[in-house]
Amino acid sequence: MKARQKRLIFVGVAVIGVGIAATLALSALNSNIAYFFSPSQVHAGEHPTDAVFRVGGLVVEDTLKRQEDGLTVRFDVTDNARTVPVSYTGILPDLFGEGQGVVAKGRIGTDGVFYADQVLAKHDESYMPPEVEDTLQTAHAEGVVETAGQSMPAAGRTVTQ
Amino acid sequence: MIPELGHFALILALLLAVVQAAFPLAGSLSGNRPWMTMARPLAYGQLTLLAVAFAALTQAFLTSDFSVLYVAEHSNSLLPTIYKVSAVWGGHEGSLLLWVLMMAAWGAAVAAFSKNLPLTVVSRVISVQGMIAIGFLLFMLLTSNPFERIFPVPADGRDLNPLLQDPGLAIHPPMLYMGYVGFSVAFAFAVAALIGGRLDAAWARWSRPWTTVAWVFLTIGIMLGSWWAYYELGWGGWWFWDPVENASLMPWLVGTALIHSLAVTEKRAAFKSWTVLLAICAFSLSLLGTFLVRSGVLTSVHAFATDPSRGLFILIFLCIVVGGSLALYAWRAPEVSDGGRFSLLSRESALLGNNLIFVAFTVLVLFGTLAPLIYEAFNWGKISVGFPWFNKMFLALSPFLAVLIGIGPATRWKHDEPVRMLKTLWWALALSATVLVISALPVFSTNTLWVPVGLALAAWLFFAHVAIVYERLRNKGGLSRMGPAILADLRGGGRSFYGMVTAHVGVAMFIVGVTVLSNYQLEEDVRMAPGDSYELAGYRFEFLGAQQVPGPNYMAQRGAFNVYRGERRVTQLFPEKRAYMGGGMPMTEAAIDPGLFRDIYVSLGEAVGNGGDWALRLYYKPFVRWIWLGAILMALGGALAVSDPRYRLAGARARKSAADTAAVTA
Repeated sequence: MKARQKRLIFVGVAVIGVGIAATLALSALNSNIAYFFSPSQVHAGEHPTDAVFRVGGLVVEDTLKRQEDGLTVRFDVTDNARTVPVSYTGILPDLFGEGQGVVAKGRIGTDGVFYADQVLAKHDESYMPPEVEDTLQTAHAEGVVETAGQSMPAAGRTVTQ
Repeated sequence: MIPELGHFALILALLLAVVQAAFPLAGSLSGNRPWMTMARPLAYGQLTLLAVAFAALTQAFLTSDFSVLYVAEHSNSLLPTIYKVSAVWGGHEGSLLLWVLMMAAWGAAVAAFSKNLPLTVVSRVISVQGMIAIGFLLFMLLTSNPFERIFPVPADGRDLNPLLQDPGLAIHPPMLYMGYVGFSVAFAFAVAALIGGRLDAAWARWSRPWTTVAWVFLTIGIMLGSWWAYYELGWGGWWFWDPVENASLMPWLVGTALIHSLAVTEKRAAFKSWTVLLAICAFSLSLLGTFLVRSGVLTSVHAFATDPSRGLFILIFLCIVVGGSLALYAWRAPEVSDGGRFSLLSRESALLGNNLIFVAFTVLVLFGTLAPLIYEAFNWGKISVGFPWFNKMFLALSPFLAVLIGIGPATRWKHDEPVRMLKTLWWALALSATVLVISALPVFSTNTLWVPVGLALAAWLFFAHVAIVYERLRNKGGLSRMGPAILADLRGGGRSFYGMVTAHVGVAMFIVGVTVLSNYQLEEDVRMAPGDSYELAGYRFEFLGAQQVPGPNYMAQRGAFNVYRGERRVTQLFPEKRAYMGGGMPMTEAAIDPGLFRDIYVSLGEAVGNGGDWALRLYYKPFVRWIWLGAILMALGGALAVSDPRYRLAGARARKSAADTAAVTA
């Protein structure tokens, strides 16, 4: 076999290999992604009923309730337009709190409660997940009045050189 | 006054960087020797100025000068002194300053340890580094000046994020940055070679030790980050496939491919264009990582509170660096002929396989990390990619890599015979097959095939390297004098060989750790009252209740546990839940009883009810230390390889020793 033919075969095999690998990776991706929906979207029924997805927003004040077993908590998540009740069994992250932004991942039950198997709050108290921020802004743009005290702490500071 | 001095030093450093970028390069192109000799002093000057700036910021932290905005945001008068120092790089502006300082240090190191390099090469490398420094210094001065003042001066600072008040995290960023920035040296060497149009074995030998040192730092940095996340975040995981973790992993993956490909370029003068491309990619991915972390485009547990203008600046800078270097590559690389043919069974092929797998890993991580952005850009919805996907992808490719790591070092350059290799490796093969069969026995109740496969691959890696060392020593004159032979080898040109063996054994250890941990770890969320006991993995956890305990700058709820195995008390654990005074931020401080074969890990959730009950998380983590020990071995291997005398000896002796090694390995 000539060197040129060898190289052609090598390139051919490589192209086929990459193609197969890419197809496998993409199809695996489809079963492993979780879409994000805001509480308003959940109310409008845009969410999947049989797949894992994420819902995010602010934890509504005074809705955090601990259940009898001491490990399950219930709280409402809002985008300031609609709310979704969330149930989670386990230990909440340190920065979880009422009035804070959260993203929960899980499935929605037939009772309309979102059963989360993961709840994310952030490392840094002045950080807001981009999805949550977008959600709040969308709700705001649609004429919902924002509740007080949710502006980013970094904004509006007097700075001098 | 001192902060202004720091600010002024930064501006001077920028001006010096402009000179550094222009004159040595121009001198090297026009043959103007005085301009070229400016390169080294400029590199030292750059380091001095940035050290002054860094010292000024450190001083502001030590004296708690809250009139500096950055200090006010990241420190507090109650903060312990060591964390006042580490708080210097605890936020965006300061970590950038650390970044440019380290880059200047790398530049000065190149200037100091390049006595045997041609002046044209040194001046070009230093010039390229000056160009990168311009980018970062502009970025700092325009968007993230750490010396900005605040008025009115706050009474006290907002405190350092409590998660960062930890010795592990005090050294994690410097290590990681040393790695990131270190790839800028490899990048500068590659670009310098492209400018000169001379890509040869000598170029590879020059840039190889630098690349390996950067890789060692990056390895340690990532390992520290993983270890920190494990004990500090209280989730008990060691890797989360978080975008920011991925951002540090991508340069590491390409860097690993690069140090292997450099070996081929140095020894066989092959893969030259490919190696240059990898060097460009490694640094570009470091920049991309910076962009992802700083711009906040991705949801990440690490993300800093962000500012879009910063993201935009880095994006533009990234485009200039990547676009410019790739254009140069496209223009110059075809002139560099690829020498050296090799047959299918040869070390070149094995290393090519290694490179392909590592590049595939990188593409997967890159794609998985950017997928949310891609989906958003096409309006397909907001997604997050679950970590099962990453695990699946890595599991699919890793076995091939592990097999290859065992074969590669046993093969000869250019061409090898299957029969000869089988003679060396047959018993390693037999032993790993035995491990496969034994670990699949029902006694070990493994539910998946991955446990036997993982352990067998690790055994293969380990025994194959024992076989390779044995073969080398036999060729060096007999096994009767094994000890002295190894010592002599370590004094001579054998260090890079033993470095490779150490690093590869580290990979074996890593595989064992990951395999055992992910299949046998146990985790339980429980509610316990004082006096309650809970049994997990043969250990009995007795909860004695929690008490209020004050710390230097926090108030803690400290739980107390006795852990028994049978009747014997194994350990006492004191996990804490802290509330920091500065920001009032709560923090979980897990308690861990570490061990070579298992960790016992308890973290406090929150108090439940009024009877002193707590929601807790208990973990049993077998072999988790092997993951980090493996990474440490990899880094040690790299360090050993760099210490090989052949990188340091000048002229003829260097060439002779390289020829010797080539003769031995060939």
